[in-house]
Amino acid sequence: MADFRAITRQGLWANNPALVQILGMCPLLAVTTTVVNGLGLGLATMVTLVLSNGTVSIIRDWLKPEIRIPVFVMVIAAIVTAIELAMNAYVHDLYLALGIFIPLIVTNCSIIARAEAFASKNALLPSMLDGFMMGLGFTLVLVVLGSMREILGQGTWMADAHILFGEAARSWKVTVIDDYKGFLLAILPPGAFIGLGVLIAIKNVIDARGAKAVRQMPEPIVAGAEAEARA
Amino acid sequence: MIITAALLAAFAFAGTALVAGMHDATEERIADNERATLLRTLNAIVPRELYNNDITSDIKLVTSREWLGSKKSITAYRARRDGKPAAVVLTPFAPDGYNGAIHLLVAIRLDGTLLGVRVLSQQETPGLGDAIDISRTNWVKSFDGHSLKNPDELGWHVEKDGGIFDQFTGATISPRAVVKAVHHTLLYYSKHRNELFNGGETPPGGEHG
Repeated sequence: MADFRAITRQGLWANNPALVQILGMCPLLAVTTTVVNGLGLGLATMVTLVLSNGTVSIIRDWLKPEIRIPVFVMVIAAIVTAIELAMNAYVHDLYLALGIFIPLIVTNCSIIARAEAFASKNALLPSMLDGFMMGLGFTLVLVVLGSMREILGQGTWMADAHILFGEAARSWKVTVIDDYKGFLLAILPPGAFIGLGVLIAIKNVIDARGAKAVRQMPEPIVAGAEAEARA
Repeated sequence: MIITAALLAAFAFAGTALVAGMHDATEERIADNERATLLRTLNAIVPRELYNNDITSDIKLVTSREWLGSKKSITAYRARRDGKPAAVVLTPFAPDGYNGAIHLLVAIRLDGTLLGVRVLSQQETPGLGDAIDISRTNWVKSFDGHSLKNPDELGWHVEKDGGIFDQFTGATISPRAVVKAVHHTLLYYSKHRNELFNGGETPPGGEHG
């Protein structure tokens, strides 16, 4: 189980695709104008990662090294296209809101990176878990960044939730700041860069504090687990 | 070598099969969704009691670079009641937006008065020019009920240019482009009204007006 715990830690924190690997920046920066858009794209990316990692893991033994990359690309493109069609059919409004960024999941480097770095060397279950955790780590960053930008930019949180969760979710919108005039910078692309920079900085501060605490604690077990997770 | 190629071909085949299967399974639902979305947009500006034909398939393609803002053909949706023309919805472009063309939906009643205007797509500055979009402000509703005679030629401008339509603080270009495009569309309609309702694709079994 330690293995699974390490995978979880890698995806959510230590090797987070958005905060550490800095992959998938195009969708990350473009769709995080609201929480719901970020969440929608995050979930679609997560499903893609689970399915692509699973598929790559199943076929890893038949795969010849020289055709590895084209096969990965084909697997990912087929899965993303299938997801795009499914979203168009079943969550049409979200599909319209996310637009071009669904097909662009194909170009999210974190997906091919996980296929190459993890799924092509590991069994089915750990690979799918890795996809899930990496996807979840990516989604969490999208949601946090989306929250920051939506609250700062338009003073609301979870606006238009109905495009993801159906009509009942229309009332989920929280008006954080009444009578807010809006802060344009947060909505525009620079707001995304600044927001992501702040998040990366916060993560690094937490890591630095953690490392300091570990060094002061002379227990070798904790330090060992830390080193293993970072490897 | 041959095996490698066969393997690659097999993966290509499997991938294509997945996409083809998914396409087959969702095709109908996607078409329904698109029709429903279009109908929802059209019904927001064309009152349901005005027509009883299938407005989404009673269409005609028209082209006028000068009056409809694009050298490509645009779609006209025709609303008829018991086969008689009732209204038409044109989809012209305002080519001179602040950041590229603005795609509009302009609904005109048979007598030439505006039923409503909506923005289909735009890339105007968020927080400034994008106030032309109904999701931001109700500005676009200020066209309702106007026609070529109301106001007259001079009134079809933003207030800053001596007309009757508001501009926004800090953003004159976007509303100016939309006002001009709506005016041009009305001029186009007044010249081509009869052609607009004749010809084109009529719904199967539908009467012809």
